[in-house]
Parts: sequence; structure tokens; C-alpha cells
Amino acid sequence: MSIETMAPPSTAVTPLEWMRRNLFSSIASSLTTGLIGGLLIWLAVNVGGWAIGEARWEVVGNNLRLFLVGQYPATEAWRLWLNLAVLSVMTGLSAAVFGSTTRTLAVSTSALQLLLALLIVPSPLGTLIPPTTSLVLGLLGNAAGVWAAFVAGRLLGPPRRWLMIGWLLTIPLTFVLVSGFGPLPEVRSTLWGGLLLTVLLAAVGIVLSFPLGVLLALGRRSGLPAVRVLSTAYIEIIRGVPLVTILFMADIMLPLLLPGEFRIDRVARAMGGITLFSAAYVAENVRGGLQAIPMGQYEAAHALGLGSLATNLFVVLPQALRSVIPANVGLFISLLKDTTLVTIVGLLELLGIGRAILAQPQSLGAHLEVYVFIAAAFFVLCYAMSQASYRLERTMGLGSR
Amino acid sequence: MRSNLMPVVGITVLALVVAACGETAPSQPAGSPGAEGGRLDLVRERGQLICGVNGALPGFSFLDQATNEMSGFDADFCRAVAAAVLGDPEAVEFRNLTTDTRGPAIQTGEVDVLIRNTTWTVARDTSWGLFAPTTFYDGQGVMVRAADGIASLEDLADATICVQTGTTTELNLADVFDARGIPFETETFSEIEQTYPAYDEGTCDAVTSDRSQLVATRTTLANPDDHVILDEVLSKEPLGPVAPLGDDQWFNVVKWVVFATFQAEESGITSSNVQDMVGSEDPVIARLLGGEGDLGLGLEADWVVDVISAVGNYGEIYDRNLGPGTPFELERGLNSLWTDGGLLYAPPYRS
Repeated sequence: MSIETMAPPSTAVTPLEWMRRNLFSSIASSLTTGLIGGLLIWLAVNVGGWAIGEARWEVVGNNLRLFLVGQYPATEAWRLWLNLAVLSVMTGLSAAVFGSTTRTLAVSTSALQLLLALLIVPSPLGTLIPPTTSLVLGLLGNAAGVWAAFVAGRLLGPPRRWLMIGWLLTIPLTFVLVSGFGPLPEVRSTLWGGLLLTVLLAAVGIVLSFPLGVLLALGRRSGLPAVRVLSTAYIEIIRGVPLVTILFMADIMLPLLLPGEFRIDRVARAMGGITLFSAAYVAENVRGGLQAIPMGQYEAAHALGLGSLATNLFVVLPQALRSVIPANVGLFISLLKDTTLVTIVGLLELLGIGRAILAQPQSLGAHLEVYVFIAAAFFVLCYAMSQASYRLERTMGLGSR
Repeated sequence: MRSNLMPVVGITVLALVVAACGETAPSQPAGSPGAEGGRLDLVRERGQLICGVNGALPGFSFLDQATNEMSGFDADFCRAVAAAVLGDPEAVEFRNLTTDTRGPAIQTGEVDVLIRNTTWTVARDTSWGLFAPTTFYDGQGVMVRAADGIASLEDLADATICVQTGTTTELNLADVFDARGIPFETETFSEIEQTYPAYDEGTCDAVTSDRSQLVATRTTLANPDDHVILDEVLSKEPLGPVAPLGDDQWFNVVKWVVFATFQAEESGITSSNVQDMVGSEDPVIARLLGGEGDLGLGLEADWVVDVISAVGNYGEIYDRNLGPGTPFELERGLNSLWTDGGLLYAPPYRS
């Protein structure tokens, strides 16, 4: 008996065959398919009909500036464009040097900006957004900037260290450009709003709460009783209080406790509240990661002569933090959505600005359009974050070791 | 060890929080600089008026589509106060407040003045702040479908009425219907965005709210002409500015800014003719426009000129935001001058 080499069984099926197998394999299955299919078509016709026929999308187009930057003065808008351009260039350079995750980021940021620019171009549905040249040029320029920087980064190959320093510098630069400093006229934080405020609140919350949370997690496992008790007390108290309460406290109670005319900026108060709240949850996530590290790792590090700082920095934390990426990204996505709560303390982030727009005489009754737009904007932001997290996990080899 | 310590720490912090809450007593408003400084000086020093508004109420305060500035009836009164105190109607920082945050905001002095469709009640007058003259007399009304042939509250027997929960409106409804012995059912909603669509789709036979809100939202219904607002008024809802407790000078300023807009309309002074009226033959007009100084308010002598040039008289403010030419087309009704049968009546501006 000779051994024949056989080709593997074919797994390719025609679409018709696929449908027969998966959708109409039995009477019950055919009925279910019909029912759900009918429901989906009915939904699509209704929602699509509303979106194309009835919806007054001009509410969004006419208020685009408010939705994007709130009451940020038009004469100073160039600063935001400049800031965006800097971020675009940094993204492009990083994509060239670091690759993988950052490349995805670069592709999606430029694609998103191109898509937004396309929305402005007249379509069969009419112009969704009134064409303003500065907006189109700004978006196209930024998208081009990402790729120009990518090519430049490929050719020049700047050292990674420079890029890291560059990213660190973008934080003070963003602050200076947005709020004004030195020769730039000040733009009070009361004028920040819309998407700008939402993104700023979320970014500051994420960037600050992460290190704070890591410290708290380490503190909760510390051998020093005072540090451990304080960290534990902080985490448990903050986790036992709703974010709304913390924001109310920051907005209403804090001025009562501060002496006389000493005031803290209201946006800063909200940022502080969000950061303190989120840090407690980050701490518990990170603690979960720390507990998963076997004692052998500590012992090995000590055997090599590493002190406790070096053990944590170079052995424990890199492993612990990597394993809690999904949990932390989930937390940061919910933090982004929780920024809508600042609308109850009177800050006009995306949702708050939506309510203020709905009160315009021209926008009366356009609730559905405004809320659908805000929901779509949040979906894009949150989906981008979760995709970035998947990429990050894959790059760091999570789950493959 | 840890489990023994936690409750102790928890209780200590709780006690601290409670102790801190106790300090919200209105007698000690933080940020109000005591008797000698006064809020008038504070606002001047700051160069800006902090004005608490709703920020999302059609006709009263909203972000304008063209200018992206806060606009509306309430916002104009904020600008009027700023014009009187600082000479610049744009020197206002608007602070958006919810129904829950407006009380603490004025009690603690976070805002210099609260102009946020706030109904004047005795409890608010004594614990929140001092109510300046009412700028808008509202009242609770009922909207029904014209086809139902409902003419009075009695016709609403056994009807289902849509109402927003947690409002004085809900309480007033029960008060009035119980007093008259009319049986009724309610369908409650927490948001204005839910209430009116529900009524429009026929969930209820009637919807009740402040009449100004009914008129404003009627324009958003599918067929506005199919709905009528009953003549009967269920409650009094006087809405006006509130100044922090314990600062008489500042309260007088807010009060007389409102009176000045009334008096200007009565005397026929408008934003377009106010400059020509300065030094008028008419002693009432001459005094109002600064002929005899500020008469003790602590403002510039010609503060009324600043106010009227900035926002106009009461009639102009009303017409611009709520009157004909706006989607609301609200009748002046009680908000007419006393000479026209309304309730707007300014005391004499003289020494």
C-alpha cells in the first residue's frame, strides 16, 4: 500500500453554499434568519430614511465650531491647528521610527482627517457641513503632514530618545498653545468646550491617573504600614464614592474650604476630580497585575542584587503593567465617556455644548440629530482607543507567552 | 489588622465630610469679602461679572449659532448688570448651572448674580439669596390637543397628563386638581426631551409646564397648530435675578438695573435714542440718565446710559428674545408695563 499525498480538503465555499449551510440549514434556522433579516432591513430602511430624508443635519453643520472647540475665540483658532499639526507630525515621525502600534495610529489619524474633509465636500445628500476653506485646508494639511513626517522620519531616522523627549515636550506645548502664555493672549478655560474640552479632560485624566495609580498600587502592597494604610484608605474611599459626587465636591465644596479669594480654575478642578477618581481604579487594576507576578521573580531579582526600586522598575512593573493593558484601556474608555458628567457642573464638553445648542431658536426640536452626532463622535473616539489597545497588546506579545 | 483599621479611617473621613458640609450655612459665604469690601468692589477688582445662567433654555440662555456667545433673555440681564457696574456689557463670565447647583452657587457666592429662570419663593428668598424684581412673570399652564375640545381643567377629568418629575410643576398639578376634586393620572418623565415627544405621540391627553416653556416647545411638535394652551393658570412662577445674601449695596445695584430697564421703557428711552435723551427737558428722564448723579448706588452717574445702550429697555430685551420675530412669539401679558395693564412697575428714580 503506497502512501498517497492528498490535498487538504477544500474549505472554500461559494456564497450560496455558505448561506445554505449557515443561514438556512433547517426550517427553524430559516425562520430565524428571515425574522432577524426582516428586522434588520426594517431598521435600516427606517433609520436610513430618517437620516437621509428627515434629519436636519444642518444643526450639526451650522454649529460645527461649537461642537469642536466650544467658545474658543475664532481669532485664536490657529493655535489649535498648530497644536494639531505638531501632534500629526509627531505621530508621523513615531510611525516611521517605532512602527507597529504608532503606524496604526498614524494611518487612522490621517484617515479620520481625510474623512472629515470629505464630509465637507458637497455630496448627493447636500453639504453636510458648510464648506469653510480653512477647515478643509487644515484637515488636508494635517493628513498630509502625518505622511510627510513619516517619509522624513524614514529618511532621517531620528533616534528614539529624541522622539520620546519630543512627546514629553508636546504636553507643555499643548498647554501653552491652548491656554496662552507669554506673548500669546490668554484664552480662559471657561471658553474651552466641545470636543476640545472632552479630549483635554480625558487626556489629562489618563496621563496623570496612570502614574498615580501605579504608585497607589505599589503603596497598597508596601511593607511600610503608614504607606499601606493610607494607600488602601484612599483607594477604598474614592471607589466608594460616585464620580458625580467628587465633581460636585470639587466644584461646590472646594471653594468653601479654600480661604477667601483663592480660586482654582474650574476646568482644573474637574481635571483633578477625574484624575483622583480614575487613579483609584487604575491602582486596583495594577494591583491585580502585581499579584500575578510569581514570588520567584522577586527572589531572582534580589539574588541578582537589585534593590526594591530596581526590582519594581525593571522586573515587576513591566510584566505587571503589560498584563493589565486590556483592563486599563477599558477603564480609560469609560473615563472618556465619564467626562460627560462635567456637564452637570456647568462645563460645556461635547454633551453640554449639545444641550446649549438645542436651546437655539434655529435648533429647537433637533434632539435626535444632535444626540446621534454626539454618540457617533464618542463611538469613533472609543473605538479608536480599543483598537489601539489591541495593537499594543499584540506588539507587547501579550497572550503569546 | 487592616480590617480593624478600615472602619476607623472611614468614620473619621465621613465625620470630616459631614463637618465640611455643615459649613455651607449661608451666613458664612466663602468668597464674599465681608461687610467692608463688598461684592461691588470685588466685581470691579475682578473686572468681570460672574453670572449664573441655565445655558440651555430656549429664549432665555443658549449659545448663539452665529456669534457663539451666550444669548437670550437672562443673558441680556447679565450683560445689563455688567454694563452698569463695569461699563462693558461683554465683561461677563457665564456660569452654566443646573437646578441642583444653582442654590449652592449663589449661597457660596460662586456667582455674583443668579439669573436662571428661578422662581421666587419664601424659602429661597431667606436661604438662597435676595430676589431682585421679577423680570419674567410665568405661570404653569396646560397644553392639550385642539381636536379634543378641552376648554377648562374640569374637562380633563380622568385624563392622563405628562409632567416632568421633581419640579414644582408636578406638585402644583396635584395641588390644583385635588383642591378642585378633579380625578387625573400622571405620566412622569425626567427630561424635557422625553416629555414633549411622549405627548406628541399621544401617550397623554395633556402636558403641563410653565407657559413660556409650553409656547416655546409647541413650535417643535409635529403640527404646532393642532395644540392649544388653556387660559387657566395653575400657579404663579415669578422668575428674577438673585443676589447673594448679606450684601445690601450689591443687591441694590442688581435691583435697580432691573428697574432701570422698566423705567426706560416707560419713558420711551431705547438703545437707539438714549444718547440723544441725555440732558432731556423731562426731569424724570434727565435724572434717570445721570442728571443728579448715581443717587447712592455707588455706580457711575451715567450707568443707565451704559445699560440701555448695551441691551436696550425691557421691551427691547423682551421682543428680541421672546417676542414677535422669534419662534416663540410670546404675548407680553403680565410682563407689560403697569401702564398697559401688566405688572412691571419701577419705583421713582429720585433722591
